[in-house]
Amino acid sequence: MKMTLAALTTAAALIAGPALADLTLPHLSYRTGPYAANGTQYADGFNDYFTLLNERDGGIGGAKILTPECETAYNTEKGVECYEATKSEAALIYNPMSTGITYQLIPKASADGKVLYTPGYGRTSAKNGKVFEWVFNAPANYWDGASVAVKYLLDQNGGDLKGKKIALLYHNSAYGKEPIRTLQELSKKHGFTLSELPVDAPGQEQKSQWLQIRRDKPDYVIMYGWGVMNPAAIQEAANIKFPMENFIGIWWSGGEVDVQAAGAAANGYKSLTFNGVGTDYPFYADLTKFVVDPGKASQGGKFVGSAVYSRGVYAALIIGEAIRKAQELAGTPDINAAQLRDGFEALDITEARMAELGLPGFGQPIKLSCANHGGAGMARLQQWDATAGKWNLITDFIQPDEEVLEPLIAADSEAYAKEAGITPRACD
Amino acid sequence: MFYREAGDFKTSYREDSQTFPLALDRWAYRLLMAVAVLVVPFVIDGYWANAILVPFLIYAIAAIGLNILVGYAGQLSLGTGGFMAVGAYAVYKLSVAFPGINIVFHIIAAGGITALVGMLFGLPSLRIKGFYLAVATLAAQFFLVWLFNKVPWFYNYSASGQINAPDRSVLGWMVTGPLATPAAKYLICLAFAFVVAWIARNLTRGMTGRKWMAIRDMDIAAEIIGVNPLTAKLTAFGVSSFFIGIAGALFFAVYLGAAEVGEAFGINKSFLILFMVIIGGLGSIFGSFAGAAFMVLLPVALKNLLVGGFGWPTDLAAHIELMIVGGLIVIFLIAEPHGLAQLWRLTKEKLRLWPFPH
Repeated sequence: MKMTLAALTTAAALIAGPALADLTLPHLSYRTGPYAANGTQYADGFNDYFTLLNERDGGIGGAKILTPECETAYNTEKGVECYEATKSEAALIYNPMSTGITYQLIPKASADGKVLYTPGYGRTSAKNGKVFEWVFNAPANYWDGASVAVKYLLDQNGGDLKGKKIALLYHNSAYGKEPIRTLQELSKKHGFTLSELPVDAPGQEQKSQWLQIRRDKPDYVIMYGWGVMNPAAIQEAANIKFPMENFIGIWWSGGEVDVQAAGAAANGYKSLTFNGVGTDYPFYADLTKFVVDPGKASQGGKFVGSAVYSRGVYAALIIGEAIRKAQELAGTPDINAAQLRDGFEALDITEARMAELGLPGFGQPIKLSCANHGGAGMARLQQWDATAGKWNLITDFIQPDEEVLEPLIAADSEAYAKEAGITPRACD
Repeated sequence: MFYREAGDFKTSYREDSQTFPLALDRWAYRLLMAVAVLVVPFVIDGYWANAILVPFLIYAIAAIGLNILVGYAGQLSLGTGGFMAVGAYAVYKLSVAFPGINIVFHIIAAGGITALVGMLFGLPSLRIKGFYLAVATLAAQFFLVWLFNKVPWFYNYSASGQINAPDRSVLGWMVTGPLATPAAKYLICLAFAFVVAWIARNLTRGMTGRKWMAIRDMDIAAEIIGVNPLTAKLTAFGVSSFFIGIAGALFFAVYLGAAEVGEAFGINKSFLILFMVIIGGLGSIFGSFAGAAFMVLLPVALKNLLVGGFGWPTDLAAHIELMIVGGLIVIFLIAEPHGLAQLWRLTKEKLRLWPFPH
């Protein structure tokens, strides 16, 4: 048994082993389990962007990009197995798309010198690059999301939320618990009452939480859900006739699969997003020509343009730009993980650059530095139009409340530094 | 033929009742131990340690723990995941509170705390048994997970509710945290697995074990012949939880390094370990290892074969893998309801007589 396993792994390593000068980005995806509906779309977007670069430009700076997939099923043990299996010399960066796996990988990747890129998820305080040297979470993090949601509600209520009731419906895991501290601070600052309603993983079972919402009648519900939890929550909200326009999800609760199950009842549901949606960007002409039409798209390209797919594309785009920057700084296309980290820290994606990439206005400008690994953290709101079956962007990018977030991030990252025995780097 | 008993004379009770009565078995066992200690640590890499051997050894410890309760004492339990969580949170709180004390003592203390919790939840076993007890321990599973999720003191008020293992070393070698070498992680798990298996083997063939088995086989008869059901059942719960607590502590501190109670110690973990015990063989220490190997190694081997070897899409491979593992479990249990241990025992019996069956 063990012998055959050894033989098999060696054989696998020989077959999958990258040729020299290829850029290896191990892709920890999940296409099975309770989070598959969303995870599979994200993975498709991530793959297709790099397929496009390979097909159209021959990779980045002449180096082909490989994204060998490994199935994690959103499970931390499998995540660890995938990390160990793919952690070769050539592996540059990990984007595990799971907050739980990110927490496992932060110490490991930092010790191994691999970049960990967690756009819109993972450990929020990783924004502090002085402590988290190898972790990046631009363009926005969970606390930014909570702050933007509250800012939007302030905007809706003439700048005053006093006496309002906001309920947080969250996935009872590291992911869902992340925004609680921020929302508590914000409730102190703005005078609203916050009620916290945990939903146990995976999240189909939330009858009692909605019963409580029905009884308490909160003015707004903010949701941090993922996978099967999202459609279940939106269906329950429709069942108790909760006004959909007062129901705001984080960006991970804003995919098509989440709202479609509730049909017309989901009309008006809002969610945050840090990227554009739909296929009305010049980029998609190239994608169709080089990837979808020749049949090279993941799963035949059936999710192209969906909201979660777009987030996968956006994550890949930022990694791609960081690689480009790193190649520029290193003067060679064949970069290593440390050079990629430098590329991330020098990353500067302007609006003009986004237009050049065929995605004008798709995302906010991102400028990172040694100290700031999280960018500006802006997000915007989108609303579901059930009749047209599409998401519409309803606000411009909203800046989160740094006054509240900065001390929280400083405190949390300092606590981590103390726990892990890290001396923060000197940089600004 | 393969097993030779000729010339293997036993002249004392001690020799007669040893774990490996055949000289050949004894030598095979010693050779295995020698390879495990003297060869494996020098050739092991990160993948073999973190993805295969460390989880295998930890699950084997948990399976031995559950096997004592279910296999030897006949008390059905579905609370294994919850008890592992107790071990994990105990080692976390202890190692953060007393950083000067060696982690080995913390792991043992975590086992002790779990033993107390296990005995507490074992109290209903004095009144109820079988499915009713399974439901009572299921309540323990859900209660413990809920408790560790709900009370921030257990996770030191961290924002996300995750616990992270601090870096700790044994004899100058890092065993937890990212700087731990694969060999160090493997050796500490091996040491614990060895000691646990040794203790379990000796307990189960001594008076304590016979009391457990008497209770398992027929509790009223056992009571009549003088077995105290209170002490027998509670010691079974205590010893079982002690081992499961050690497994939970190692699982969190050495293997994962960070854990989230609902995800790492959910009801699925209880089922997984119960399956290991059933597949491996109830009431067998070897069976606990065999069951853990089956449930940990087979999915990894299949994944490496289907994705790495054949290049199948990862989702298809994951589904096929579930089907194959599930199918094999069914086939195994039809072919040999007493598990891998019984299969191994029968093979040995046959080989002792081969080529002259009777």
